[in-house]
Amino acid sequence: MHRPFFRQRGRVRSGDFMEREPEISIRLFSDPQLLAPIRALMDAFAKGVGFSEKTRGLLTLALDEALANVIRHGYEERKEGLIWINFWRLREPGGIRVVLEDLGRSVDPALIQSRNLDDVRPGGLGVHIIKETMSESSWESRPGGGMRLTLVKWLSEEERQQSAQSQSENTRP
Amino acid sequence: MNQELVVEQSSIGDAIVLRPSGDIDMSRASSIRKAVAEAMRAQPARLIMDLSHVAYMDSSGLATLVEALQHAMRSKVKFILVGITPRVKSAFEITKLTGLFTIATTVEEATKA
Repeated sequence: MHRPFFRQRGRVRSGDFMEREPEISIRLFSDPQLLAPIRALMDAFAKGVGFSEKTRGLLTLALDEALANVIRHGYEERKEGLIWINFWRLREPGGIRVVLEDLGRSVDPALIQSRNLDDVRPGGLGVHIIKETMSESSWESRPGGGMRLTLVKWLSEEERQQSAQSQSENTRP
Repeated sequence: MNQELVVEQSSIGDAIVLRPSGDIDMSRASSIRKAVAEAMRAQPARLIMDLSHVAYMDSSGLATLVEALQHAMRSKVKFILVGITPRVKSAFEITKLTGLFTIATTVEEATKA
């Protein structure tokens, strides 16, 4: 049975936040019809963390693009491939970490690059959207096959202040 | 679960107006492609894509619009976008596609663009 990468290693790999289980951990099939519910989940999770409406729109877009790439390139549009998504809330200074893993076709991470937007043509925009939206994004091959994509987004200073203010108002007697 | 994207079609003068309703992602972008191809067969002077009922669009949708624009330019048809919602606007902005399209605020304005 497949075990998500973070469990295989026995702990979450990062120096930036507490090593702990993700807040949300889900498994889905590589079916494009499942993109909409995942977007809704990302939107709600990011809202709870304190991201603005505009940032949430871009975060849902970035995750959608990441999943679409797995479906299109990793599983070549087969609907029965497996994808795992783990969501962490990052406490300080506030943000989210999302890790996607799949068992599809591996790609050399060095080949995953944004394309030149001056070259106007349909397609190839997903990686650009991911890199432009996220604070950090990194692809790596999984031992045993498939890919692992780690996405991190930190709250902006304005979002942090608004989130702190909102929490303060909610805890006021 | 995701349903088929509904794309209404109507005519105003020499223009055909396409009005998709719902999110446009990789599971539904082909509905736009089909609707554009069908509309272009009627050889209108202008093709207006009313996006006021589209709350979300990913790069598949954007790619379909770029294809539609290129098809329209080859056929000497004016292709105009209308009613871009905030999240769709963000998708256009992050991909720097905004300047590529003629964008109008209302369908009426688009018929005169």
